[in-house]
This record gives sequence, C-alpha cells and structure tokens, in this order.
Amino acid sequence: MSLVLALTAGALFAAGTYLLLQRLLTRIVVGLGLIAHGANLLLLGAAGRPGAAPIITEGGAAYSDPLPQALVLTAIVITFGVTAFLLALAWRSWALTRSDAVEDDLEDRRIARLGRSGG
Amino acid sequence: MKTLVTLPLVVPLAAAALSLLMRRFLVAQRVLGITAATASLGIALALVVRVDGTGPAVAALGGWHPPLGIALVADRFAALMLVVAAAALLGVLVYAVGQGRVDTAMPGFHPVYQVLAAGVALGLLTGDLFTLFVAFEVMLIASYVLITARAGAAHVRATLTYVVVGLTASALFLATVALIYAAAGTVNLADLAGRLDGVSPTIRAALGWLLFMVFGIKAAIFPLFFWLPDSYPTAPSPVTAIFAGLLTKVGVYAMIRTQTLLFPSDEPSQVMLALAGLTMVVGVLGAIAQSDIRRILSFHIVSQIGYMVMGLGFFTVAGLAAAIVFLVHQIVVKTVLFLVGGLVEDTAGTGNLAKVGGVLHRHPLVALLYLPAALSLAGLPPFSGFVGKLALVQAGFAASQAPVVAVSLAASILTLFSMAKIWAGAFWGQPTGEDCRRPGAVGLAATGALVVASLAIAVVAQPLLGLATRAGADLLAADVYRAVVLGG
Repeated sequence: MSLVLALTAGALFAAGTYLLLQRLLTRIVVGLGLIAHGANLLLLGAAGRPGAAPIITEGGAAYSDPLPQALVLTAIVITFGVTAFLLALAWRSWALTRSDAVEDDLEDRRIARLGRSGG
Repeated sequence: MKTLVTLPLVVPLAAAALSLLMRRFLVAQRVLGITAATASLGIALALVVRVDGTGPAVAALGGWHPPLGIALVADRFAALMLVVAAAALLGVLVYAVGQGRVDTAMPGFHPVYQVLAAGVALGLLTGDLFTLFVAFEVMLIASYVLITARAGAAHVRATLTYVVVGLTASALFLATVALIYAAAGTVNLADLAGRLDGVSPTIRAALGWLLFMVFGIKAAIFPLFFWLPDSYPTAPSPVTAIFAGLLTKVGVYAMIRTQTLLFPSDEPSQVMLALAGLTMVVGVLGAIAQSDIRRILSFHIVSQIGYMVMGLGFFTVAGLAAAIVFLVHQIVVKTVLFLVGGLVEDTAGTGNLAKVGGVLHRHPLVALLYLPAALSLAGLPPFSGFVGKLALVQAGFAASQAPVVAVSLAASILTLFSMAKIWAGAFWGQPTGEDCRRPGAVGLAATGALVVASLAIAVVAQPLLGLATRAGADLLAADVYRAVVLGG
C-alpha cells in the first residue's frame, strides 16, 4: 500500500469523522461521503502493489489483484444509492421541520429531567 | 440440495420483483407476499431437516467454487435461524395485512418487505465476508425505507439517527473488510479461517475486535446501543415488530459466526462477558425509566442482546448452544411483544402508560396474548425464556463465570419488574381514554400463532437444545466448516 494512498484514506476518515459529529445534517451527509471514500481507498490499498493491469499475461509479468477493484465498485454503487437516499431524507426533514439541525431525543430528555427532579 | 440452499434467497427476491409489477393491485400483492413468506418457511424447514441429517450444504454461485467464487453455506445454525426468521416474517406480514394500514399508506411496502427478507436470508447463508456486507446493506436499505416512509415531522429526526448510524457502521464494516483482506488476502470465511493463522496474533486480535465493534453497532450492545431505543419506536407497529425481532439478531448471528470461525478462543473472553453484563444492566435500567410501551420494549431489546453475547463469551459448546436457543426464543417473543404493543395502541390510541389503562376489561384477548410473552421475556418457567436462560446459567457455571451469571439473573428480575409495570399500567385498572377500535381478528390470530410458536419452543426444549448443541459444536469445529466449504 503506497504511503500517499494510506495518508489520503486517513485524512478522509479524520475529516469525515469531524463532519459526522456536527449538528447540521448537510455536514453529516458530506462527512458520511468522505468516510465511505476513505473506506474505498483503504480497500483499494489492500490490493498490494499498484500500477499494473489486473490481467495475467503469458509472460508472467506482474499484475494487480483484481478482487479489491471489484469490491470497491460494488461498494461505490451502494454508497451512491444510500447517499442519494440520505439526501432525499435530509430534504424531507428540512421540508417538514424547516431546520437542518439534528436535534436531541425529546422523550429521552424528558425522562432525564424526571430523574433529576425526582432525585 | 444446492437449489434448496439458494431458494431462501430466490423466493423473496422474485416475490419482490413481481410485487413491484403489481403495485396497483394491493390484494394481489398481499396474496403474493403471504404466499412467498409461507413458501420461505417451508423451504427453511426442509433445509433444517436436511442439514441436520446430512451435514452442511454448500452452493457455489455461478459455478465458481470457493475460495474464488461466492458460496452460500447452510449449516445447522444458519438453517435454524432461517426457520425462525421466516416464521417471524410470515407472522408479521399477516398481522400487517390484517391491520391493513401500513401497506395502504405505503405503496412500496410489500416489495420492500420481501427485499428485507432476502437480505436477512443472504446474511444468514453467506460464506463470504464481503457478501455479508452486501447482505447487511440490502437489509438495512430496506429497513431505511420502511422506517422513514411514513415518518412525519415528529419522527423524521429519529429516523435520521437510525440511517446515519447504519451508514457509519456500514462504512466501518467496509474498512474492516479492507483491513482483513490486506492481512489475509481473501474474504471467503472458510479460507480466512485458515489464512488468519499466518497473521501475527496482535493484528489478528485487532481485526477481531474491529469486527466485533461493527457487529456490536448492528446488534446494539453497550455502549453502542443509543440509536435503537430512539428510532425503533417511531415506525408503524408491524415494522417495529420485525425490526425488533430480526435486525439486531442478524447482527448477533454475524458476531457469533465470525468470532467462532475467524477468531476462536480457548477460554472465556472477559471483555465480551463484561460488555454482555453491562448491556443487560444498562438496557433493563433504561427500560424501567421509560413510560411508553414501545420505548420500554426497545430498551429490552438491548438488554436481551447481552444474554446472547454472554453465551458467545463463554466460548464453549454449551454456551453457544444456550445463545442459539436464546436467539430463537428472542426472535419470536420480541416480535410478539411489539405486535401486542401495536394491538394496545390500536385499541387505546396511545402506548403511553400514563394515558392507557384497563385493556384487560375491554379486550381480554390482547391481555391473554401479552402475558405468556412477557413472562417468557423475564425468563419464568415454563415459558421459552426460561429454557434459554437456564441453559445460559448452566453454561456459565460450567465455564466458572459466576459473576456474569449473577448479573444476568439480577437483570432478569428487573425485566420481570418492567413487564409488570406494563401489565399494571396498560392492562389493569379502570379503562381510561377513548376506546378507539377493536383489534382486528387477523392481527389477533397472527399474534396468537406466534405466541403458540413461543410456547412450542418451551415444549420442544429438549430436541431444540439438542439441535442447538450440535450447531454449537459445528461452530467451534472450524476445520469441519473449512473442509466442507473448500472441498465442495
């Protein structure tokens, strides 16, 4: 795995995690996208030495491992689908509540207050 | 035999496609859905009988033999889980059709429900780590649609939490698959079991715990459970029931499968047992604090997951057998409890214990269905929960792990208290609130059938425990699994 690939994957995970911890839904969506890309790069990096075509030639020249590429393709398609779904959901959340912020669990807050006032 | 292994996957997918074509004909969709679910149950029963008789069955998809191609592997554990899952899926579908609200309000309900069934079946049968990831995605995307489709302004935030947590867990799962592939060079479970022996113990342990954490999010163990009691109660009652019955349990199944096959241990895992104990206690304490039937039951999902992780943590045949019996019991009983909760909400218009009361006087049948399921959840004899818990306690003492067994018994008593709280709040007392509508006969019958199934688990406890013990022995004999899959 090349160092550049590893560092890029790490940076994507870090930035994605930071964005995921925000309140605003749009940032969460972007964060999830970054984390998914990080995972894809990691999978690509797992293939071993890069640069060659994933084809076995007669001469026995070096070739790349084709399996991670197939796995990454599948993962990209899945990520694409769920991101589109999440964007639709974010839009509906905004249409219903006119707010982009993800709020607390109200019932849970109520129960917690109950505990404080009782004790 | 190979056809029998692929059928649990093919039937629901074909039904989903056909159902999509018939989207204007609700009655045809309903007939098709129930037919497919019944057929799936029959296939699963045939599979478990065959597999128990002649050993694990392997189907190499597309004729590509493992480790190159994707293999579907049906061993005793997978086949048994398939039967219980199919029974729960059928029961809930009949209930939903009888209630007649979910599928009229949500046009895509039937196709999506069948896709969910296919995802569950693929997750149980797959012999490939990446296909397991795909199976979880299929299952979760179907669940995202089911949970969000009717969410109004009050619930849209909770469903967002569910989707975001699900997606994060999936990304972590993918990253873990990448790391495992980098370390071992394969994603076939049977092949991995052999190749991981060549990986350094430190890296192997790290990969094991990463995978444990990923499935821990899906199964909602402490401290990764917070999303579950928040989001599950917001869906329509049949949807919540099938989520509660199946989704977290598939996470537990994947956890048991991967930990026993890829990261086996000769001695009990103290970390897992500690997490199991905390899951039981925190879950049940959370349940006691709540005042809404569905939220109480949702916290109990978390609490009960702890018992299964405890069975896994012993790493003995007896422990795994007990975990499997408990898993079977939980799928049925949790589904029943949420269905009864739905019936109470139907009759009283709310599930809030402060507002609902006296259901026993108005609708004694609903109370009759609640009682055996609730006592079973608490683990009272002679119900199915007692069988599972007794097996777990015996396995715990046999593995000399008395502390976690004591914790599990204490959590059981608190579970009983919490079940009694629902009984006292919703069923006893003067009928309060308006009497909205009578519970439908079909809904009552479907719930009743599942109650009978849970009672049957207690009646056939000895043969079931025998089957579970053979399944547990299979799980710990990784060499046999490898030989069957790679040799086939």
